[in-house]
Parts: sequence; C-alpha cells; structure tokens
Amino acid sequence: MQMVLRVSNLTCMRGGIPILANVSFDLHPGQILMLRGPNGIGKTTLLRTLAGLQPLHAGDIQGAEDQIAYAGHSDGLKSTLTVQENLLFWARIYGTSGIQAGLDAFDLMDLQDRKAHDLSAGQKRRLGLARLLVTHRPIWMLDEPTVSLDTNSVAQFATAVRAHCASGGSAIMATHIDLGLEAETVDLTPFKALAPIDDAFDEAFL
Amino acid sequence: MIAILTRDLRLAIRSGGGFGLSLMFFLIVVVLTPFAVGPEPQILSPIAGGILWLGAMLACLLSLDRIFALDYEDGSLDLLATAPIPMEGIVTVKALAHWLTTGLPLTLAAPAFGLLLDLPFSAFGLLTLSLALGTPALSMIGTFGAALTVGIKRGGLLLSLLVLPLYVPTLIFGAEVVRRGIEGLSIAPALMMLAGITAGSIALIPFAAAAAIRVGLR
Repeated sequence: MQMVLRVSNLTCMRGGIPILANVSFDLHPGQILMLRGPNGIGKTTLLRTLAGLQPLHAGDIQGAEDQIAYAGHSDGLKSTLTVQENLLFWARIYGTSGIQAGLDAFDLMDLQDRKAHDLSAGQKRRLGLARLLVTHRPIWMLDEPTVSLDTNSVAQFATAVRAHCASGGSAIMATHIDLGLEAETVDLTPFKALAPIDDAFDEAFL
Repeated sequence: MIAILTRDLRLAIRSGGGFGLSLMFFLIVVVLTPFAVGPEPQILSPIAGGILWLGAMLACLLSLDRIFALDYEDGSLDLLATAPIPMEGIVTVKALAHWLTTGLPLTLAAPAFGLLLDLPFSAFGLLTLSLALGTPALSMIGTFGAALTVGIKRGGLLLSLLVLPLYVPTLIFGAEVVRRGIEGLSIAPALMMLAGITAGSIALIPFAAAAAIRVGLR
C-alpha cells in the first residue's frame, strides 16, 4: 500500500532533553492516526517535529516536505482582521484560491465580516480549523483540535476530517476525546525516552 | 509574500496597530528639544541634524518588539514557519513592512520637523536623503534583534541592548551627512558609508534573522 509519510526510529527532543525515542509508523492516504498518551509524553513535540518546527535528533521522516498543514494550540488569528481576511491571508500564503469550503465546513458564513476578537473561543477554534481546508495540504497535523468546541462543532470537525480522508488526505491528531472516526491509535507511552543522550549538550548551539 | 506585506500594513493601520506611534514619539522629541536646550537659533541650528537623526533612531527602536512578538504570541509565526514561503522571505517582508510604517513616515515628516528645530533650509534635502538611505538599515538591523529575542517574554530590554550598538554606525554617518552638508563639505564619503551599511544589512540580515527565528521557535 502506498504511504504518504514514513517515520522511522525518530527521537524527539524538547528543551534539549530527548523525550521520545524510536518512534516509527507509516501513514497511508485516507488514514487517521490518533496519538495517545499521558500529559507530557511528547504528543505536541512529536507533531512539531513532524511539521519541521523542531529539529529531529535521530531517525528519519520521509514525505513531510510541503505536505503538512499544522494546527497547534493557538489558532494564529489576527484579532483586528475579519474572519474572511484571516482566511484569505492563509489562502494567499499557500497559493490557493477560494475560502468557501472552509467557511461552509465550519459554519462561518454568517460570521465572515466579524472581527476575530469579537468571536467566542469556540468560533475562533472553528476559524483556525477552517484554515486547514484553505491550505489544500494532504496531511493534517492537529494538536488538540477540539479544545473549546461544543458537541455540534465537534461533529462538524469530524465530518470535515472524514471528507478530507475520503478525498485521499490523511491526518495525525493528538486528542483525548472520541470523535467516532475510523482511526488507528498510536500509544506513545512505550516510546518514552529513558536515558538522556550524551551529546544532548550541543543541542542549544546547533 | 505580498500577502504578508498587505496583512502587516493592514494590522498596523487598524486599532492598536502602532502606526503613528513612532511618528508621535519623533514629534515629541523634536517639540521638547527647544524647551530643554533653549529656543535660540544659534543653539538649535547646529544640533538640529543630530537631534533629528537621534529622534528617528529612537522612534524606530520603539516599535521593534512588535515585529515578531505579536505573531509569536498568537501562534501565526509557527504557522508561517510551516508555510511554503522561506523564512528569509518572511523576515525581509516583515522588515519592509516595518520600514513602510516607521522609516518612511519619519523620512517624509523630517523636513517639517526640521523647521521646528531651525534646521538651515539648505540641509532639508540632505536630511531627507540621509534618512531615506539610512532608515532601511535601522529596520533591517532591528528585525534581526527582534528575531533573536523572539520567544522571550518582555524581551524589550534585551532587544534594545542588542540593537543599540548596531545602530551606532548608521547614526554617526546619517548625522554626518547633514552636518557636512550644512558646513559645505563634501558629503560623498558619509553618504556612501551610509548606503553601504544599508546595502550590507539588506543582503546579509535576512539569513541571520531567519536562522535566529528557527532557533527561537524550538
């Protein structure tokens, strides 16, 4: 089976300390991967490493280049811009056109002329998630995507992820709630790094 | 890249964006100087060029920490870093946006402020020319400082300490252009040094600042 992302023997660092070691998995088109594990195990670090925001200490990531749309804890919204302006900005950054799909999927049509600082926390999150649709990237990396969403919006989000995967995309998400999606679960607990790596000292200078 | 430029300009103009803050600070320096040193033309005239350059530099410094700190706080810097635009390009555009919202208005307003300090008429053109050549370097160097301190909470103090020594050459040669012009000396050497600093910082700083941001985001 064709794979879009292959992670082999990856070691991730946070603040100069290795926290995950020997993480390996493949991601296939249409597949959803759920990252599980207790707080502090390194879900966010793994996602940031995959997205290229943090250097990997060891191992290999194949297929991540220009494929990933990353959504972290914060939504990256500008509070003095309207919903429409925020989405259009990201559309232009990713060189795509049309924000309609994003507005429709997260029910933002009625809010599009509202400034982002007038939105509720849940509405902001929906706008942040709508950005993913605007990027047209095949792999979604989602870090706690359902924070501050109500049940209705969570269902909208699950529908959007399902549609994304049906059209050949895939997703990796760190979440604790059950979205009712056909997903494979990766428990990160066995990958917890045990001993600190000796040459970790140089990390700050690399 | 144009998207980032238009967004930054739009953000600067909207409420709380800080557009006009530098200009206002510049105005305060210029208006208060005669009160501090005395209003006599023979005192003001010789120092006008220097005061105007100093004011422009401090006004520029005032808005530096906004370049990346706001984007870092709301998470858009992370998202920009994963976007298909090279970080060097983002840094350059951010510096350009900073110059358009601070350096350019200061340059255009300088002759009017020169009038308040009794700057000789013959030096008006030179003041504008030296600011137009020098302020891009201020924005560029400041962007580097802002990139180095990204992720540091209230890094304003560190930012000022880092940037001020780097601003000194620009300040010296910028004020020198105006002084030499007033005294009727050749302005070419100072003008060329000023242009050289600007050209050098535009060529080199995007790479340094982009590397600093990548480290800061870890």
